[in-house]
Amino acid sequence: MGQVLRRVGVFVLVMAALWGLWEGWRAIGTHFKLTWPFAVNDTTMPHLHRIVQSLFEPAQVNGPWLIDILWHASLFTAKECVVGFALGAVIGFAIAVALSQSRFLERGFIPYIVASQTIPLLAIAPMVVIGLGTKGVKDWVSVSVLAAYLTFFPVAVNALRGLQSADPQAVELMRSYAAGRWRILWKLRVPSSLPYLFSAFRIAAPLAVVGAIISEPAASIQGGLGGAIVNFSQYYTIEPQELWATNIITALLGILFFVAVVLAEKLIVRRAPEHYA
Amino acid sequence: MSRRLDGGGPVAPETVVELEGVSKEFAQGKTVALRDIDLAIGQGGFISLIGPSGCGKSTLLRIIGDLIQPSAGRVTVHGKPAHQARLDRDYGIVFQHPVLYDWRTVAKNIALPLELLGWDRGRRADRVKEMLELVELTGFENHHPWQLSGGMQQRVSIARALSFSPALLLMDEPFGALDEMTRERLNMELLRIWQETGSTIVFVTHSIAEAVFLSTRVMVMSARPGRISDVLEVDLPQPRSAALREDPRYFELVTQVREALVRGGADKVFEELSFDELAPEEGE
Repeated sequence: MGQVLRRVGVFVLVMAALWGLWEGWRAIGTHFKLTWPFAVNDTTMPHLHRIVQSLFEPAQVNGPWLIDILWHASLFTAKECVVGFALGAVIGFAIAVALSQSRFLERGFIPYIVASQTIPLLAIAPMVVIGLGTKGVKDWVSVSVLAAYLTFFPVAVNALRGLQSADPQAVELMRSYAAGRWRILWKLRVPSSLPYLFSAFRIAAPLAVVGAIISEPAASIQGGLGGAIVNFSQYYTIEPQELWATNIITALLGILFFVAVVLAEKLIVRRAPEHYA
Repeated sequence: MSRRLDGGGPVAPETVVELEGVSKEFAQGKTVALRDIDLAIGQGGFISLIGPSGCGKSTLLRIIGDLIQPSAGRVTVHGKPAHQARLDRDYGIVFQHPVLYDWRTVAKNIALPLELLGWDRGRRADRVKEMLELVELTGFENHHPWQLSGGMQQRVSIARALSFSPALLLMDEPFGALDEMTRERLNMELLRIWQETGSTIVFVTHSIAEAVFLSTRVMVMSARPGRISDVLEVDLPQPRSAALREDPRYFELVTQVREALVRGGADKVFEELSFDELAPEEGE
């Protein structure tokens, strides 16, 4: 209990410190009319309380509160993220399993897997959206596929390392029990890879959010956070706090996914306490 | 079950392990780990392999267990090739490190080979219970390995190796990482288990005292190339007790083994890489 209180205390302190830094810099900047590194004014740095306040005001005249709009946008984007994350995890893990079975495959394919990540998402978005669209796949699923394009990579690379991390003597033991390749994989290598897999998931979870948000405009989806960001960007000079508020909600979604992964790891991975991050 | 034999009774015991002209080379023959090893191990024997680092004793153990292939020679276990013996699960292996699975409880670690053998849940649970009694760890079944001391972990590892009643127990410096007190206690425990199960044990060790105290026969190895330079029959009475460590005959044998090691060149410093550390190749 004391530990929970302390954590809450630290959280509140850090929030307060960040708030103080923001408002402090703002106060100094406006007082001395700073122009370096950027001009400080209501557009570049709106008051934090204005940002929070804007959540509970209508975004348009007589429209719903901004937070209401963002809540629905978050739900929509979250759905894309969950599917994208799951797809990326499955594909990444499958690639890792395949590559772990043969040095030849590993050497042959790793360069292409790395190269895949040098192509910007925006460059492949039209192909995926249009290509899948002709097959009758819904646009939001295409966005998930694009998010998976980002998330599969850390999963594949880390899972491969994890599968190869099994203690060589543990492998010898399995062989002494006359276990074949697949049973060694299932009973030893896969469990050994779980800690590696979960550190990949920690990276992949926020990546899924980023991937989905970048891909939404490419798929002409307006109901998600990506759509909201594009929309509020256009009004930034008039209502900067709305974009800032959207950014905060987006960050919260990423953090939520990250925390979900950490909790799942605590439930699933059994290992010596000194190994916990 | 109690032990009848040793030191050659009226009936010669059945041969369990037989090696003929076994050699092992690494790095395309640049390093010779083992040269021309011949040996025969009888049913129920407790055989120690002792020698300096890099003499290939762990390599020899792995060759017997079909974990690495010899460059030349033949390994027969129960009259069949080592490979077949491994597929028939004739080997129980214990390494210096317990190599337990962190994500499994003690009970599930012990049950691992039984799962691979396709035993059903009930039969596994019964055997795990027996094994826990054998290594005196009843009550720890639901602990995870990291919650146990090093000595306890090694006992779990021994229980796992014995769970499927392999005819041959291969032990690679199993007590090498433990403190002296724990080591002596586990020596006694291993002797008791050996008496109770009647299995044949091949035991690699660095410790002269341990080799003499435990074994029915000590094989002294010398390095570069690794070969068996001396064989000493240990004619100490069975069953062995802690009091034996103060027996004059015990000291005599310890001295003999030490002299044999010196004759084999064990007093020279081997600065080269130890073959024991070479990773075995994998694949079925």
